[in-house]
Amino acid sequence: MKNFKFILGVGVFAAASFFFLSADHIDAPAVQGGTSDITDFYAFQGENTDNLVFVANVQGLLSPAATGNASFDENVMIEFNIDNTGDNVEDLVIQALPRDGKMYFFGPVAPGTTGLSSTVIGSGPQTVVDITSYGTSPIVQTTAGISAFAGPRDDPFFFDFNQYTAIIGGTASGFNNPGTDTFAGTNVMSIVVEVPKSMIGGSGTINTWVESKSK
Amino acid sequence: MKNLKNIFTVLLVTLVAFNCSNDDDAAVAGPTGPSGPDFTGVYTQQDQMGRPAVNTVFVSSGSKDMFNTTVPSNQNAAFQSMFEANLTGLSPAYANPGDANALGLDAATFTGLLATDVLNVSLDGTTTFYDGTNVLTGRTLADDVITVELLLIFGGEDFSENPTLSNDNVDANDKAFSTSFPYLASPW
Repeated sequence: MKNFKFILGVGVFAAASFFFLSADHIDAPAVQGGTSDITDFYAFQGENTDNLVFVANVQGLLSPAATGNASFDENVMIEFNIDNTGDNVEDLVIQALPRDGKMYFFGPVAPGTTGLSSTVIGSGPQTVVDITSYGTSPIVQTTAGISAFAGPRDDPFFFDFNQYTAIIGGTASGFNNPGTDTFAGTNVMSIVVEVPKSMIGGSGTINTWVESKSK
Repeated sequence: MKNLKNIFTVLLVTLVAFNCSNDDDAAVAGPTGPSGPDFTGVYTQQDQMGRPAVNTVFVSSGSKDMFNTTVPSNQNAAFQSMFEANLTGLSPAYANPGDANALGLDAATFTGLLATDVLNVSLDGTTTFYDGTNVLTGRTLADDVITVELLLIFGGEDFSENPTLSNDNVDANDKAFSTSFPYLASPW
């Protein structure tokens, strides 16, 4: 009976999630496979421990052959949201927009309005970096303590998604050991920005998330 | 008076046209300023993400776009009960009274945490999704977030339950990360 209950549980789960990939790759119908599809988000202490690093990846599962032709969409803003007052409403944003081979970063700066609609805020720090081309060394721009990068990178995410799909589909009872990284050998379009912690609250805990917004 | 009005209109049109053409020229970034690329306009939400795999695992298929366009401060009220139902469906032991994961969180508390899809990040030291000591203080590139989530879903109170479901046995990326900016590995 216990086993039956478990299988039933997996069945319900399968209906809920069958076609959708992790971590956030292809997570929802409106964005999957498009230029605004966020695949992953990371936030961690920098090599310089006075800094925090934000990473947003978009356009997942790029094959090496497809990566050279991949580009950021000039109508899509990637916006890092930072809540440093504990209410899960953004107090600061870092906005990234591509134009003519460069990625423009605005912020950290207070947003004009919080929520689902954004305009570019030009009153705070601005950092501009050439977008790195496929097959070349990463171009990094550091301006007033803020470092920026944009371009193709190896997808840092790892997961045996195919075996997970088999489990959910009822054709496997568990993971293999060793497993197989479904994301091995695939690339993403990556935006990385490192900022002094003093610009985003200094100490304590922030709540942060990333959004894609289109014009 | 009519002529004066026309002249004023022409002047206004000229002024606007001059501003428009000037927008395309200069090199400095400014969203509405007289120089640099034009960043004006309203950008509308498409996708969002805090913690890894939350929308993928806990949001039912018909609600995934809605989850992506619900601001985090409203997500708990809108989605916590759906998260709890899907968690309990996935890992039925959570339905037993008093059942909890290794963080000591029962189904309601665990999904209450997850439904607000933001990443909690410490500005005071170690940043990791989970490293055995620190819990939810950030997310580094090397964090094995899927195994952590599988353990919290399937692993029970001490990570010992359902061992074949609570670890995908892919523990690291296929390329080494750099200790220096931009940290991510070069593309394949």
